[in-house]
Amino acid sequence: MSSIMSRSPWLVHVNANSCNGCDIELLACLTPIYDAERLGVLNIGTPKQADIMLITGSINYKNMDVVLNIYNQIPNPKVVVAVGACACSGGIFHDCYNVLGGAEKIIPVDVFVPGCCPKPETIIEGIAKGAAVLDKKRLEMKKNR
Amino acid sequence: MNIQEILIRTLIVLIVAPILGCIMAGVDRKVSARLQSRVGPPLLQPWYDFRKLMCKENVVVNRFQNVYIVFYLAFILQSLFMLVFEMDLLMIIFVYTIANVALILASMSTGSPYSRIGASRETVAMLAYEPVLVFFVIGMYMLTGSFNINSLNSASGPLLTKLPLIFVAMLFIMIIKFKKSPFDLSASHHAHQELIKGMFTDFSGPTMAIIELSHWYEYVFLSGIMFLFWKQNIVIGTALSLFTFFFVILIDNISARLSWNWLIKFTWTVVVGLSVINILFVYFYKLRLY
Repeated sequence: MSSIMSRSPWLVHVNANSCNGCDIELLACLTPIYDAERLGVLNIGTPKQADIMLITGSINYKNMDVVLNIYNQIPNPKVVVAVGACACSGGIFHDCYNVLGGAEKIIPVDVFVPGCCPKPETIIEGIAKGAAVLDKKRLEMKKNR
Repeated sequence: MNIQEILIRTLIVLIVAPILGCIMAGVDRKVSARLQSRVGPPLLQPWYDFRKLMCKENVVVNRFQNVYIVFYLAFILQSLFMLVFEMDLLMIIFVYTIANVALILASMSTGSPYSRIGASRETVAMLAYEPVLVFFVIGMYMLTGSFNINSLNSASGPLLTKLPLIFVAMLFIMIIKFKKSPFDLSASHHAHQELIKGMFTDFSGPTMAIIELSHWYEYVFLSGIMFLFWKQNIVIGTALSLFTFFFVILIDNISARLSWNWLIKFTWTVVVGLSVINILFVYFYKLRLY
């Protein structure tokens, strides 16, 4: 019973001014070669049904409200996976004037997937680790109820 | 019908139907994955999804949306009950329509533009498939002299031999009803950019789980409707249902999504045309099965 959440992690993918490199690698996870759906992973469009928020790109002042809004719309338990160097720490854009530098500046990140850009295998591993965190969060939620 | 038979049929509806529907949904995803040369999720993936959705928080946009979804489940269950208890087919179609109206109301009540678009498109889809369902009932009435499904038990032959064109028409209707390509315009799994999740965009957690459960019941109900074409023989009837199911999956994977005006044009000319020709044939040649 401990794997209720991790058997079907549904993703919502947020591009917060990423260069599209990580996004293409993320979509490669869903193609026949890697096929993340065999782990029950679905790229769901709406945050209201998602479990894992995959965020790419260093966040800037224009889209931080959007990112926060999407994060708040995901029902608990939820996990944030930061994909790519930009989402982890700001990457090569970390000292730009308009960039916050990393998803962790505004939302709590559970799993970091480093790399510029990370390989699809790494992203799938990040999703699997995020799914394991989901299970833990569900048990915590049960305790606090 | 004695007490024992009533009990068995109730158990079929309440226990066997959701299990069967869950396995059908799993086979659907597995076969689709294999057709796209992917490995695909485990067979019981719909059950894992259901279990997970039950554990999630329930985010509600409009306080009436969950009530409508419960109506949807209740009326789908009701129509499946009436089908298994072999009641009036015309009434079954009406009860089933109420279930879909409840779903449309639910997604209209959430107010998100995506669910609004999905709900409007589903209304158009209802406009497209409803006449053919009624033509099927009329055809059955002309052949057996009764709207009751149990009149098929004493019929002298299967419906399929006298209503072959309506069977073909119903195949297309099933594509619309299973919400598959090319007519998956109200709630597609493949339309993130234009539609997010269509009608189901604003449902989350347990409400979404109830929608999934209703879908499983709906799968069984629709297969049951196709079963009626050869009700006298349980093997051939099941084969017809399975053929329909795999036909729908195959068409889903080899076609792209069409727009709603295509849906109306196609159904109101070709599909309704096929049904009318079949009905006229039955009428002028005075075909009977009793």
